[in-house]
Amino acid sequence: MNDGERIWESGSVEETRRIAGEIAQDAQPGDVYALTGELGAGKTAFAGGFAAGLHVPYPEDVVSPTYTILQIHEGGRLPLYHFDVYRLTDPEEADAIGIDEYLFGDGVCLIEWASRIRELLPPRTREVIFERRPERGEDCRRITLRQGGPA
Amino acid sequence: MMSNDVTLLAIESSCDETAAAVVRNGREVLSDIISSQIDIHTLYGGVVPEIASRKHVEAVVPCVEQALREAGVTLSGLDGVAVTCGPGLVGALLVGVSFAKAFAYSAGLPLVGVHHIDGHISACYIEEPSLEPPFLCLVASGGHSHLVRVADYGVYEILGQTRDDAAGEAFDKVARALGLGYPGGPAVDRAAREGNDTAYAFPQAKISEGGYDFSFSGLKSAVLNELNRQRMAGEEPRVSDIAASFQRAVVEVLTEHLLAAAEETGIRTLAIAGGVASNSCLRERLETACAERGLTFIRPRPVLCTDNAAMIGAAGYYAYLRGVRSDLALNAEPNLSLGTRERRYHAGKQT
Repeated sequence: MNDGERIWESGSVEETRRIAGEIAQDAQPGDVYALTGELGAGKTAFAGGFAAGLHVPYPEDVVSPTYTILQIHEGGRLPLYHFDVYRLTDPEEADAIGIDEYLFGDGVCLIEWASRIRELLPPRTREVIFERRPERGEDCRRITLRQGGPA
Repeated sequence: MMSNDVTLLAIESSCDETAAAVVRNGREVLSDIISSQIDIHTLYGGVVPEIASRKHVEAVVPCVEQALREAGVTLSGLDGVAVTCGPGLVGALLVGVSFAKAFAYSAGLPLVGVHHIDGHISACYIEEPSLEPPFLCLVASGGHSHLVRVADYGVYEILGQTRDDAAGEAFDKVARALGLGYPGGPAVDRAAREGNDTAYAFPQAKISEGGYDFSFSGLKSAVLNELNRQRMAGEEPRVSDIAASFQRAVVEVLTEHLLAAAEETGIRTLAIAGGVASNSCLRERLETACAERGLTFIRPRPVLCTDNAAMIGAAGYYAYLRGVRSDLALNAEPNLSLGTRERRYHAGKQT
């Protein structure tokens, strides 16, 4: 299904941040974005740019949430819930940390490695796919925004 | 006989170690018990939060019992309870915090909530009994990369921190990509010994115009790009060369920032703390650099660099002396921030 699919080419981390900021302009309360792509593909940089787009006061503080699973950034247009669920082994664990509260909350969820908890993601989830394009340069990424959660 | 000694029971459970210790006057470790879950988490390639919480529940009582027994201290010999209240995994932190609250309440002892990084920094007081602020401390671990000016006991100014991944996290992720397993720090350290650290010119983990801030994600990407390139070219990845070159890039930026901060502040005592402080290459590099410049260098022994409770007892002691007391509303704060930083405030940031 290609409905509403949007594709960007990013040539740098800065450009990835800018694209994220653009997407953040349209963000609504309750939006859920599943960020998928391998290590180093730009997921955390995207989250930083997204925070800037929401006018979170210190977007440079948006760091990898790998250690704490969830980092909350408030003070912007909408609260930003930034997850890295890489270390969750199954959806019950995500349940145990109360992820529903955020998925169905009044902020925006960005979820790295979301395929690990795909059963829990609401139908309105959008996926942002990061793909390396080594043939176009080491820092080149194709970023695809599409409806639906990760496969 | 009245004594001015302050003896604290300390508890730490912010990540994958359950730990309890008894510490007298902040520097004398009477017992230090660590129950590690690394074997379990190695199976999964990292800390699994739900498993971590359950293991903390199982381990906390035996750890505390053993800490009291080894210290030869009974309840009446304790003056208070110190516990890590953040940052860390919320479920893991809650085990230590809940236990400490119940213990303090039932024993009628004061309770002191301690910041995990305050603990890591305070490990230096245990290592070097003559150490007093001010000094500079680089705290680098799986969850943190902070360059901190220790102005006084418990008074911190953050000079630099990571913009993306923590230093230890970069080690873990690179180790994962190289197939070296978990925990990544020691695995990369070992592999790097066999490798050529100038085989690849990976970018340094710093930011132009970023002051003392770090950025490890560009370095991580460069390592992954090189690995991909080798795989796509059908080559056998040169794991030890990549590990050594990556490690050198991390060590260089950590060292450079610490030395530059020393120069700028005029502070002549430098320390490292946190799990990454156990990295052999970082230790050697800083030892040499400090010796050349006539700076004092403090590096806690590895058992004090890993997550442990003795360091919480040290930090808790100085907080106790300042009159810090937590009540039974003390909560686990997974994103708790430390100290002050110019250009921003922290007060409104917690929820």
